[in-house]
Amino acid sequence: MDSAIGTLKVIRKRILEVAFQAREGHIPSSFSILEILYSFYLRSSKLLQQNDCFVMSKGHAALGLYATLEHFNLIPREWLDSMCKFNSQLGGHPDMRKIPTLEASTGSLGHGLPYGLGLALGKSIKGENGSVYVLIGDGELNEGSNWESLLVAKHRKVSNLSLIVDFNESSERALSLGNLREKFESFGWRVVEIDGHSLDDLERFFTQVNSKPSSLPTALLAKTVKGKGIKRIENSPEWHHKTPSQQELEEFILELQ
Amino acid sequence: MASQNAFPTGVRRIYFGASVRKTFSNIVEQIIKRDERVVALLGDIGVHSFRESMELFPNRVINIGILEQSMIGIAAGLSKQGLIPFVHTIAPFMVERALEQLKIDFGYQELGGNFVSVGASSDYSALGCTHHCPGDISILLTIPGFELFAPGTANELKQAIESSYANSLPTYYRISEVSNTEDLSNTENKGTLVKEGTKCSVLVFGPMLDKTLDALAELDVEILYFYKLNPIDKDLIRRNCQSGKILLIEPFYSGTMTSIVSSLIPKRSKIVTIGYPREFLRNYGTLQEHLEFIGFTEDKIRKAVVNLISVD
Repeated sequence: MDSAIGTLKVIRKRILEVAFQAREGHIPSSFSILEILYSFYLRSSKLLQQNDCFVMSKGHAALGLYATLEHFNLIPREWLDSMCKFNSQLGGHPDMRKIPTLEASTGSLGHGLPYGLGLALGKSIKGENGSVYVLIGDGELNEGSNWESLLVAKHRKVSNLSLIVDFNESSERALSLGNLREKFESFGWRVVEIDGHSLDDLERFFTQVNSKPSSLPTALLAKTVKGKGIKRIENSPEWHHKTPSQQELEEFILELQ
Repeated sequence: MASQNAFPTGVRRIYFGASVRKTFSNIVEQIIKRDERVVALLGDIGVHSFRESMELFPNRVINIGILEQSMIGIAAGLSKQGLIPFVHTIAPFMVERALEQLKIDFGYQELGGNFVSVGASSDYSALGCTHHCPGDISILLTIPGFELFAPGTANELKQAIESSYANSLPTYYRISEVSNTEDLSNTENKGTLVKEGTKCSVLVFGPMLDKTLDALAELDVEILYFYKLNPIDKDLIRRNCQSGKILLIEPFYSGTMTSIVSSLIPKRSKIVTIGYPREFLRNYGTLQEHLEFIGFTEDKIRKAVVNLISVD
């Protein structure tokens, strides 16, 4: 696990450097979900047969996704070096027609869960194994399309669907979500709560959700910190869509080490 | 089909009925039986029509509920899995409420799907503006890559569905209670030169062909008919429409097809349209009353053409 923690520091450094170079990218959102992305793709890189689908509904955290895909050699290094240039494969939000490994083109919030529900239903109809994981932000839960889909997933017993909530309390800026566990449970979902930056917790979740069958869809409330890893960025609204200066970049890299 | 007397004249041919809508469920039920990739999602309408296939294929014919955004998103996920979704609800709830799902989940992601609406512009005349959708075609023309059909007959709908349902493109089928007597379906969904003439060119899109033919039978005007609106049969328009005087008969917002047609006809042609006005039609009553109010009458079509012919 120590080496994994080291790896995550390297990925965070890469994110900072690319954001600095491209003058683009949502650093705090990317840092918030980095352990989640890393854990999913690590697990998937070890599986002999890849049957799982992953939809990152919060498309603005694209830089975190790209850096993770790069780490697992799923996209070439040149792509990230040229992020957001006119002819780049990688933009501020991911385009699945440019990144073949992705399941979805995201950016507009509230699209990922209905879409992932369709992926999961499709798997059942085809009799395929594997799970569908949809990663959304808690702020994204403001979108009504999610709540529509929570009803459908429960009603149709879509147990191969897991909704991972990057629960960094972004929603609190506008709208209090109250007790999310109670809300999901009242919609008939199985709820698991973890520390979204704990690789142990995440590994346990990904293993158990597949090994302990349930007739219910699963919501993972992953408690996270927006901007995790750099104190000045953590929970700072100013940094939501800001890129570092040369001096800030050097300071942040020092902090990571 | 190019004949001065393609159809008998003098009879009131326009009719209303559920024939095209009924055909839709029959066609899709047949396809579901033979193509296991097909999944139908109903927005809590048409459930009775699909009762047989819902029993036979409970996993593939689903009354998903009254949640259009999710319904379209779910359909996109099914499509990404290699399945072929049909989505069915009333036009405004599909096109206007769930427009962004159509645009991103299907258009931007380049996924195929079938969207079959009922209600058209104001078929639900007595129900009011919440159930009207004269904007569907012009709205969907803003999404690159969407195929659009406005079938005028049950066979045209059948041909449209059979030729497009599995072609990996997003396709919209606009079912209306108004239908044409003559079936002009063809394997490539091309337009048809229904009547030759020289003084004026009348382009009819989907239902409203009967009225147009009755109105113009005695006049030296050509009539072109289309039930596939996008991509439209450009060659037919380019080869004809040389009169410089164009009338569009549009059973949706007036002017919807103007920019497409104007790019295909001689410069300085004059274009006039009969279609739904760009306002909320707050009247109730019958669909027939709506059509008469808007100008889909033999008299108004004839007057529009005579006026167009008389101006320089």
